[in-house]
Amino acid sequence: MLSKSSDTRPKASWALTLAALGTLLFLHVPMWIIFLYTLTPEEATYTFPLPGFTTKWYGVALQRPDLWRSLTLSFQVAAIATAAALILGTFAAAAVYRSNFFGRESISFLLVLPIALPGIVTGIALRTAIGGLDIPFSFWTIVIGHATFCVVVVYNNVLARFRRTSATMIEASMDLGANSFQTFRHVVLPNIATALLAGGMLAFALSFDEVIVTTFTAGQQTTLPIWIFSQLSRPRDRPVTNVVATIVILITFLPIFFAQKISAEASDTEGEMK
Amino acid sequence: MIKNPAIRFDNVSRHFGEIKAVHQVDLEIGDGEFFSMLGPSGSGKTTCLRMIAGFDRPSEGKIFLYDRDVSNLPPYERPVNTVFQDYALFPHMTIEDNIAYGLMIKGMPKIKRMKRVDEMLNLVRLPGFGYRKPSQLSGGQRQRVALARALINQPKVLLLDEPLGALDLKLRQQMQVELKNIQREVGITFIFVTHDQEEAITMSDRIAVFSEGKIEQVGSPSDIYERPATEFVAGFVGTSNLVSGEIAKRATGSTKTFSIRPEKIHLGFAGDTPAAGMAALDGTVRDVVYLGLYTRYLVEIEGGADLVVIEQNLKTTSMDVLSAKGQKVKLSWHPDHISHLGS
Repeated sequence: MLSKSSDTRPKASWALTLAALGTLLFLHVPMWIIFLYTLTPEEATYTFPLPGFTTKWYGVALQRPDLWRSLTLSFQVAAIATAAALILGTFAAAAVYRSNFFGRESISFLLVLPIALPGIVTGIALRTAIGGLDIPFSFWTIVIGHATFCVVVVYNNVLARFRRTSATMIEASMDLGANSFQTFRHVVLPNIATALLAGGMLAFALSFDEVIVTTFTAGQQTTLPIWIFSQLSRPRDRPVTNVVATIVILITFLPIFFAQKISAEASDTEGEMK
Repeated sequence: MIKNPAIRFDNVSRHFGEIKAVHQVDLEIGDGEFFSMLGPSGSGKTTCLRMIAGFDRPSEGKIFLYDRDVSNLPPYERPVNTVFQDYALFPHMTIEDNIAYGLMIKGMPKIKRMKRVDEMLNLVRLPGFGYRKPSQLSGGQRQRVALARALINQPKVLLLDEPLGALDLKLRQQMQVELKNIQREVGITFIFVTHDQEEAITMSDRIAVFSEGKIEQVGSPSDIYERPATEFVAGFVGTSNLVSGEIAKRATGSTKTFSIRPEKIHLGFAGDTPAAGMAALDGTVRDVVYLGLYTRYLVEIEGGADLVVIEQNLKTTSMDVLSAKGQKVKLSWHPDHISHLGS
């Protein structure tokens, strides 16, 4: 892949290298600072260099029951929103890809819209709708809120995969005696599996660190990002907040990393087919 | 009427809105026949094939498979299988699993179906390829796998949708012979859709020529070539000269339009007396194209018509034939070699 083609490409100029390095630093230095200050013995101030070194905040953070509650809640919300998105997104992509119906293009556009809309607009809209329907704000309203943008991610991934798969494959399966369910199970699902995995991981990561929509759709519940947000008003807890931020970075980093890897591999094997 | 036809179309139409993709087609395909549906793109041949497979349903009329009405059965309940134009192999499965797919769906135990897969791989001359993935095979090899995957189900009728279209000329010719041999070996009805008239003539027992959703003519390759029933068939299958009106009358005594193949016309000197029983016309050579094996002449007949004449270069060289340009000639042919056209 990259290593193969980089041999033939010209070396980057020092200016370009410098610019790329600068961008990387700009993006990643703040994260390293957060990590750095999980290790400080000073609980209220950011002094540099660190006045000492300690890992006690990790212990303190793990002892906090409110943190655990929020972490569990965020996991549950992300898992259920992702599961709903996988099912709904796949069906929507299948409908838009396979059949030709009135308003197909509009539906495709409307499906993608939530991710383009500012979160605050989606948030207000959902709050008004949920309030108007007299649904109590709860765990499930958070899930609904998150599903709006999770569906898009899955939909986009699966639709792109459908467009790259040969349409006659489904006909071939039916021709060989498989009914719709068997065709889905043996032909469609294996072909979109990596797209589902990539889309699902991305959806999970998006849901896990969502703040704005959650603020509007949550009742008394505190998801992890909202817990972190509320910690800002408690300066004595800064190192604990930093510990949690570090954990979130790790949890978000892994699925995104694997999602990217999977998509890259999938497009490689498809390249061979042509 | 064919006795116990494998496929029978009874006044079948398929309309897509205003477009009459197939219009009032009656057709019978015999048991064990190698039958070709020949026509340009958009002529309705593929739609007919898709209706036999079950991917499409007739708007009107009925399709019978060995006297059983299958018009409204879904594809997976029809004892027919298809070889697709793009092969449609499943990229995530090995060749073995691709070929065994139909048997796996039917619930045949793995050991039993793997034995059948080996038989099929031998039939299509790909022994030992079972563990590869479709992406590791060439176009011709994928073609054979698609064929094996269809034939393993022992369908009553095998449908082939332009299966050789994506192959290069040499491989295509080789596969034509091979397909024909496999058909003889397995003995089932093959229905072959193609736009390539040479392919249809080479392989088929009978051919149906399609145009604009209708069948123009059904017949053996020699019928279709030597006795085209309509102007369309005469023009689509090979090259043909159409002669009508006053000039037709001069040659045959009737103004009825007839067609004559370029190779059936004998090119003689202007003063020659044609052999007894031969029809003849006088003309002037307007153009000569030397093509190595043969030469193509364009001869203008007095009164306006242009006829194409092809003569093999058995005794002539390029020097001889090119000097013919502008000369007066006498064209003659045997009256049996002309075909009167219906429409």
